[in-house]
This record gives sequence, structure tokens and C-alpha cells, in this order.
Amino acid sequence: MAEAAKLQVSDEIAISIQKMNKWYGTFHVLRDIDLTVHRGERIVICGPSGSGKSTLIRCINALEEHQKGSIEVDGTLLSSDLKNIDKIRSEVGMCFQHFNLFPHLTILENCTLAPIWVRKTPKKEAEEIAMHFLEKVKIPDQADKYPGQLSGGQQQRVAIARSLCMRPRIMLFDEPTSALDPEMIKEVLDTMIELAEEGMTMLCVTHEMGFARQVANRVIFMDQGQIVEQNEPEAFFNNPQSPRTQLFLSQILGH
Amino acid sequence: MSDTHEHSVAFVRTTEIPQQTAPSSAAGPVKWMRDNLFATWPNALLTVAAFYVIYLVLSATLPWILGGLWTTSSLSECREVLQGRSAACFSVLTERWNQLLFGFKYPAELYWRPTLAFLLMFIALAPVLFFDLPRKLLIITGLFPFAAYWLIWGGTVWIPVFALVGFVAGYFVYARFVAQNFAAGFFGGIVAAAVVWYIGGFAVAALAPATPFLEAVPSRDLGGFMLNMMLGLTCVSLSIPLGIALALGRQSSMPLIKWICVIFIEFIRGVPLITLLFVASVMLSYFFPPDQTVDLFVRVVIMITLFSAAYIAEVIRGGLAALPKGQYEAADSLGLDYAQSMRLIILPQALKISIPGIVNIAVGLFKDTTLVSVISMFDMVGMIRGPILASTDWNGVYWELFGFAALLFFVVCYGISQYSQWLERRLATDHR
Amino acid sequence: MSTLSDPPKGSFRLSMLLNDTRYRSMTLQVIAAIILVSALGYLYSNLATNLREAGLNISFGFLGSSAGYDINQTLIDYNSQSTNLRAAFVGILNTLLVAFMACITATILGVFAGVLRLSNNWLVRKLMSFYVEIFRNIPVLIWIIIIFTIMTAVMPGPREFRGDEPTASMFMDLFAFTNRGVYTPAPYFTRGFGGGEGSALNWLLALAVLVASFFGARFMTKRANVVQEATGIRPNTLWTNLAIWLLPITVFCLILGLAWDIPVLKGFNFGGGIKIGGPLIALWLALSVYTGAFIAENVRAGIQAVSQGQTEAAAALGIRPRRVMSLVVLPQALRVIIPPLISQYLNITKNSSLAIVVGYADITATLGGITLNQTGRAIECVLLLMLFYLVISLTISTAMNVYNSSMKLKER
Repeated sequence: MAEAAKLQVSDEIAISIQKMNKWYGTFHVLRDIDLTVHRGERIVICGPSGSGKSTLIRCINALEEHQKGSIEVDGTLLSSDLKNIDKIRSEVGMCFQHFNLFPHLTILENCTLAPIWVRKTPKKEAEEIAMHFLEKVKIPDQADKYPGQLSGGQQQRVAIARSLCMRPRIMLFDEPTSALDPEMIKEVLDTMIELAEEGMTMLCVTHEMGFARQVANRVIFMDQGQIVEQNEPEAFFNNPQSPRTQLFLSQILGH
Repeated sequence: MSDTHEHSVAFVRTTEIPQQTAPSSAAGPVKWMRDNLFATWPNALLTVAAFYVIYLVLSATLPWILGGLWTTSSLSECREVLQGRSAACFSVLTERWNQLLFGFKYPAELYWRPTLAFLLMFIALAPVLFFDLPRKLLIITGLFPFAAYWLIWGGTVWIPVFALVGFVAGYFVYARFVAQNFAAGFFGGIVAAAVVWYIGGFAVAALAPATPFLEAVPSRDLGGFMLNMMLGLTCVSLSIPLGIALALGRQSSMPLIKWICVIFIEFIRGVPLITLLFVASVMLSYFFPPDQTVDLFVRVVIMITLFSAAYIAEVIRGGLAALPKGQYEAADSLGLDYAQSMRLIILPQALKISIPGIVNIAVGLFKDTTLVSVISMFDMVGMIRGPILASTDWNGVYWELFGFAALLFFVVCYGISQYSQWLERRLATDHR
Repeated sequence: MSTLSDPPKGSFRLSMLLNDTRYRSMTLQVIAAIILVSALGYLYSNLATNLREAGLNISFGFLGSSAGYDINQTLIDYNSQSTNLRAAFVGILNTLLVAFMACITATILGVFAGVLRLSNNWLVRKLMSFYVEIFRNIPVLIWIIIIFTIMTAVMPGPREFRGDEPTASMFMDLFAFTNRGVYTPAPYFTRGFGGGEGSALNWLLALAVLVASFFGARFMTKRANVVQEATGIRPNTLWTNLAIWLLPITVFCLILGLAWDIPVLKGFNFGGGIKIGGPLIALWLALSVYTGAFIAENVRAGIQAVSQGQTEAAAALGIRPRRVMSLVVLPQALRVIIPPLISQYLNITKNSSLAIVVGYADITATLGGITLNQTGRAIECVLLLMLFYLVISLTISTAMNVYNSSMKLKER
């Protein structure tokens, strides 16, 4: 089934990043990043902490500002124009390590907030969409609870549903499972796999190598703000080329 | 127990050990006394000393309070009845009751009006203080300021009516446009309200009857505890929106706006309230248009509002800082703009965290309303120090009067701070 | 290649002023600046018009003219011929005096009550929370008036100390508590330098001796640390420290011949000694007990903020309870207590402006009260008054920021 999913990649370009650079003060966090993502591609980004992988995907929806180079999402150039930023953000969904659900709103309200206020969807319709996606992540019965009443795994699935309610064409995942207890990781990964099988374009920062093997059609290894190696998962895991990749893989797979 | 295998380490319990009552040294009043009053020798001494202090205080005050007189008409009459016995002369409270509450100029036959406003206040405050009450009650809260204004000041009913209509019109325009664009809704609302008020200005002049239904009372006639309540309530409610704006301004990434707010807040927090009251009484009128005279009451309200807004802004800033950065990022990543993310995500949470702090500011402010007596307004303390103690009947009745004032403030402030603690506990366990 | 910092070439539109992140904040700030300047301009033009119509002007010349009023409690030479500026200085010194005194007593009272609120004695705990609640929930203005009333109405007048059977007597024949104030013995030197009894030089020397003792004691503590580090055993420093503090100052006083000028009844009033006026005492006590209640809460919160786990961890390491307090709990609690403590000091300084209700001649009563009323220079006086308090506040809050940032550095 994973093989079947991999066939859906089209030639259409979803994200195009060229010679992108970013500095925090004088610290060069991202160096000459070149990355083209086709529609339907599922990319896993891994690397040691501090390698700039989170910063990279946060640049894609302008949570971080880049200083040099260009980022184009769905044909929209990420410039300083607020309208472009708004357009890109409403097309790109994002899931965070710490879920970042809004604790003062119910699950349903969390999901309908952005469709109502950003997409100007009527409330009733927004709720229908929200329930559809909550069913998809298998927690429709929790719709009236507050985030604090849910387990971590459930919260992360709500966060995914919340992003999906905006009907994004691209999903970004920033270490979605690293704040979860081991027994909850699977339920979140299952949701993500299902999403991948439907052909969603995904960029995923994660250390879940099983997930990478199963659904990714490209794995990118970053270190010190640079893309060091990228390859198809089989080749990447079985035959890493760069010594840095080899060291990293031996450390995370070795135990 | 003995039915287990004696020489094996393996053990399975087959009989239950019944619960036994604790020995009297580990529970009950004796244990409590030993733990809490006489744990060690120094501790026991401390207990004895504390009892002695309590005895001293009570033996001095209790006979004085219990033997107090309530029905004489002047201090000299009181002293005659007491014949050298040391006891309180509470009759000053009964005789000057209305003056203490309403001041000495408010027409006596109109006392029912502020009293009614006072009772309405509880209904208006209830839905604000207790979240569980139906939200529809907030309509009463919204109507209360206009009703209270009309009751206390009297005069033509059209002034509060048009003020209210202005707010309602502004709100409808805001609600109509806010979904498209916050700025359009906000400024549209302000313009709509301003238009209504401008028209209302002419309409009131035309509609006002020669003899209004409620007789008008000028604001210099307000006084007593009523003045403290009015100043406290008005200034706190006005300063919350201003405080929110200042807090958001101080968080702004725009240096000019940030520095305007920082300078304002630090300036206000750096000077005592009394200097701001001096500004209200002797300086502020110079800054109004030359042909206009603005009531001292309004000037004082302006200055106290600015004062408490600066403090409330700092409390709210703390609430904003306590929110995790992820909340801002999640709102951004969903495509909400600044106004939307503040209004829908950030402020509801930050304000909730800030409520106990805001209540503390409110208590402090309410206590500080007594300072207006320094600029010769006759609030409760002003009434006592001025007209009552200066009168020939009651010259020298310090303890009863100041004790009463202290008690009244204590009841209100202690009540509010108990509410704040209750709320804090509730918010801590709240799943929201 | 277009980047975030390069504008798209040749396509500047007016709408970009609001929609482009590069210009948006500038546009909003320009709008804010325009609103601010026009608001200030409007207020200024009103002020100018009003002043012109009232025939007034803004001038600080009145500060140089003679004040024409007396002040009963002064730290520097002052009489009614002195200038308004000097009257203001008298006020400033009086403000600082009462604020300084109240800060010290409020701290002592607050620490005492705060620690006792955590006592395991139920009665003491309740008594202390009664104190805290009573004083926190009643306006400080009422407390000032009540304590001032006690001072004036309950204390005996000087005449009651007179006669063969006086109704009042001096406390230990040294202190006289009267309704005009408290008279205490005044120290002076019989063999002092500089001829006169009250020469300031002697007091500076006494201060120098105390400072030297302070450094001596510091040296002893350091040496004790060195010994402890080298041998593991800490020498007992209690007696040496006591000697270092007490001996030099005693010897100093003996050499210069310290003596006390005891207040005595002369005619209808007391003479000699130091007179602390009733208003000063009332203000001082009221501010102390009122702020003490707030400080007690801060102290309690600070100690409670150090988690039980810290105490238990230290105890598990075998550190004795007294050392647990000084080595583990206090250093952490102080970090929580000191910032709010300093803002309480700020509050004391600001609340001391209530001196005006009991007639204590602080800066608000002199410059903002009598000078303002006599000269009619309302704007100038109020501005100067605010400036003074602002300078004090900014100084204290700068000190607090320095302290906070130094604490933060140690945290990492």
C-alpha cells in the first residue's frame, strides 16, 4: 500500500525553495537551502537538534522570516506582502510539537475558528467540516470537550484535524510525536499515514524512522543549517553516503 | 497470618487486617492542641503571649463597644448619659447615617435614587463576577451605567438614552463589519456612535422637558460612601479597556507605539495618586477648550482612570507574557490576522490569567478613592473630617466614626479579595 | 531572485503602505505620531489660550522668592524668610526621612509577621493573618488619621507632666510621650572635635568606625570560609564578630565622652533632647504597619515558593535545619521576595505624600500645598512635584532592574 501511495506524485511543483538563507543575529541557521517539493510528495526531514530543520519548515509559512533567497508556495511568492503571507498560511497547515491547541475553546471551536474567521465560512458549514475531519481522526465524540481534558495523542490528532479544516494543500509537521508518551505515538502516526495515502503533500520533521520508511518518498538529512543528503528512503537508510548521515543513523538506530 | 508458610519467602495474604482507631495521642483535640498550640516550649510560650494580647485587646474594646450608646443626639448628651463611663457613642452613626452614605448636600427626599442604583449594581455585577449565571444577564450589566447615571444625577432621561443608543449603534456597525476587517468594524463603530451622539446633542436640547421626571442633582452635591463607590466602580470599569490597549501597545513591535505606552505607564506608576488628583483639581481645567467648564467629578474620574489603567496594563502584560509562544504561532499558522488572534485567542486567555491581579488593583483603587478628601471632595473620609467632626454636636467623636469607616472599607475590600481568591482557585482547577 | 528584503521591482503601489510588512509598521507609526502630535498640540493650544485669558504665564521665578511660612520639623536650617526652593528642599528631606524610617520598620514588621504566618502555632498564625487582613483592607489614609488621632487625643499634653502629682510621667525618665510628639534623649560628645557639641565631624567619625567594623566582620567571615575550605571545620565566629562590632565604637564613645541630653520639662513644654513631631510619628507608624502587612504577604509567598522538596533534599543530605534555612531556603526565597519588596519601598515613598493630611511638611505639603496656595503657581508646582517623585521612582526601579538582571545571570 505504501508503494501505491508513492506513485501519486505529480509533476506539479508545490513548494520551491531556492538559495534560501537565514540568520539569527549573526548565527547562520540556514545556508543556501534548495528544495523542490512536488504535489503529493511526502518528505521526511531529519537531523540532529539545532540543525535548522524546524526553522526550515517554519520559514515555509512565514512563522520565521528568511533573509535571502526565495520561497514559492503553490505559485505564490513568499514576499513581505501581507496578502501573500495570508494566502500561503491559509493553504499550508501546520502541526506543532506541543499541539498548541487553544485551551479556552472546545475541540469543535478550535476546528471551526479559522474557517469562520479566515475563510468566512458560515458557522453551520464550518461545524460540518469540523465534524467530518474529527471523524477522520477518530475523535468525533470529544467535540464538546476542552483540550485539557484530552490525552496528548488525542490533542495532536485534534491539531491535525484543525489544520485540515482549512482544506490545506500542504501540511507541515514539526516533530508531531516527540512530546508524546510512547503508547500514543502510534495513533498519531496512523493518522498521518492515512493522510499520506490520500495524497496530501507533507513535509515532516520527525525522528520516526519507521514512518519515514513506510510513507516518505524522500528523506532529507540536515546538519548545521545545510541539506547534507537526500534520497529515497530505502537507499537513504540502507546505503547512506555522507559520513555525517552514517554517524547520525548509527546513533538513532543503533540502540 | 500464621497460616502462611513459615520458612518460605513466598507470602500470600488470606486474612484482612481490620482498620483500628488511632491512639488518642495521634488524633482528636488533644493531638490537635499539642501539635498546633504547645508543640515545643517556646511555642507554648508564644501561645500564652498570643492569648494575653487577645485578652488585652478584647478587654479594652469589648466593653467600649458593647456599652455603646445609639440614640443620643450629640456628644455632650452622650457624655451625660455615660457619666464618665468609657463607652462608645455610636449615636453619631445613627444620627449622621445619611450624611456618611450620601454626603451632606444630596437632597434627603431623593436618597431612594442612589439606593436603588446601589441595589441594581448587585444585579449588574452578578453575571460579571460569576461565570455560571446565564449570559443574557449581561444585558442588564450593559444597561446599568445608563440607568445608574440617570438615577443618581437625574435630569432629562434623553441624555443616557442617546448615550446608550450611540453605543448600540456603534456595536451593530462593529458586529456587521468585524468579520471582514477589524479596523473597519472598530472605526466604523466609533463613527456610528459619534454620529448618534452628535445628533443626540441637538435632540436632547429639543426634547428635554422643563421639569424632568427625576430632579437633577449637580455632581458637587454627591458625597459620602456613595462617592467612593461611584469613583471606584466607574474608574475600574473605564480603565480596563484602556489598560488592555496600553498592555498591547507595550508589547508592540513598533518602537514608537511601544515607547508611547512605556513612557505613559512608567510616568503614571512613578507618581503618587495625590499629585494626579492635584492635576485634576488645579491643572486639568487649563487643558480643556477655553469656553468649557468640566466638572471636578469628571476631572477626578479622568485622572483616577489613567492612574489605574497604568497599573492594570502591567497586570495584563504579565498575563500576556504568561501565555506560551505556541499560542501566537498556532494563530499565525492558521492565517488569523493580528486583530483576530488577539481578540479570539490571546486576550481571552491572558485576561483570564489576569483577573486576580485586576481585582487586587481594583481593591487598591477603591481604598485610594478616599484620597479625594484631600482635594476637598466630601467622600466618606472627607465627610468625617469635614462637616461631621467640625459640627458642634459631634466634635471629638473620632473612634466611632473612623472605626465605622474602617469597618465599611474592610467589609467591601475583604469581600472582594475573598472573591478573588475563590476565583483563583476556580481558575486553577478549571479545564478551560 | 527576489527576496524578502528586496522590493519587487518597479511595482510600488499605494496599497503596499498597509499590506506590505516592510512599510506597514512604518505607516502605522506615522499615523500614531500624527495623532499624538495633534493631540498634544490641541492640549497645548488650549493651555496657551487659557493662560492668556487668565493673564498667567509659566515661570519658575517664585522658587527664588521668600516662602513666608514656617515649618515645624526641618532637617536643615529654615525660617520663614527662606526661599520657596529651600522650603521644597526641606520637604524633600522630610519625605526621604519618613520614607527611609518607614522602609526599615515596615521590613522588620513584615518579615516578622510573614515568618510567623508560617509558624506551626495555630493561634499565632491566625493572629498574624488577622493583622495582615485588617491592615491590607483598610485605606492607608484612614490608618494615618487614626494613628494621628491616637497621638494627639490619647497622649497626655506636656502640662500633665507638671505639678507635684502629675497625671503623666516620663518613660524611665528618659522619654516623654506627649500629644505634641515624642521627646527622646539626644546624644552629644563632651570631648568632641570641632569645639561645638553638635559638630557633624564627630558623627562622621562614628560612622567611619562602624564602617570599619563592618569590613572587619566581613574579613572574619571570609577568613572563616578559607579555614573551612582548607580544613573542613568552620571556626566559631560569633564572639569575634561581636567584639569587632562592639569594641571599637565603645572605645570611640568613651574617648570622645558620649553624653545624653535628656529632655526636661521647662515651663509649659519640654526642652532638650530630640523632638520627633506627632505628625512624623503618626505617618511613620501608619506607613510601617500598613506596608508591613503587604511585605508580610510577600515574605510568606517567597518562603512558600521554595518547594518542600528543596527542604527535604537538603535534610536528606544531612544538613542541619538552621543551615538548611541559610544555605538552601533563604537564597531562593530572597530572589522571590526582593523585587516586590522594592516596589513596596516605592509605595511607601509615594504614600508618604499623604503627609499633607496630618500636616507633616513633606514635599507634597510644602511645594504642593502651602507654596502652591500662596503663589498660585499650580502648574509649575504640580510639575515639579511629579518630577521629584518620578526621579525617585526611576532611581529605585533602575536599581531593581540591575538586581533582577544580576539574579538572572546567576540562574544560568
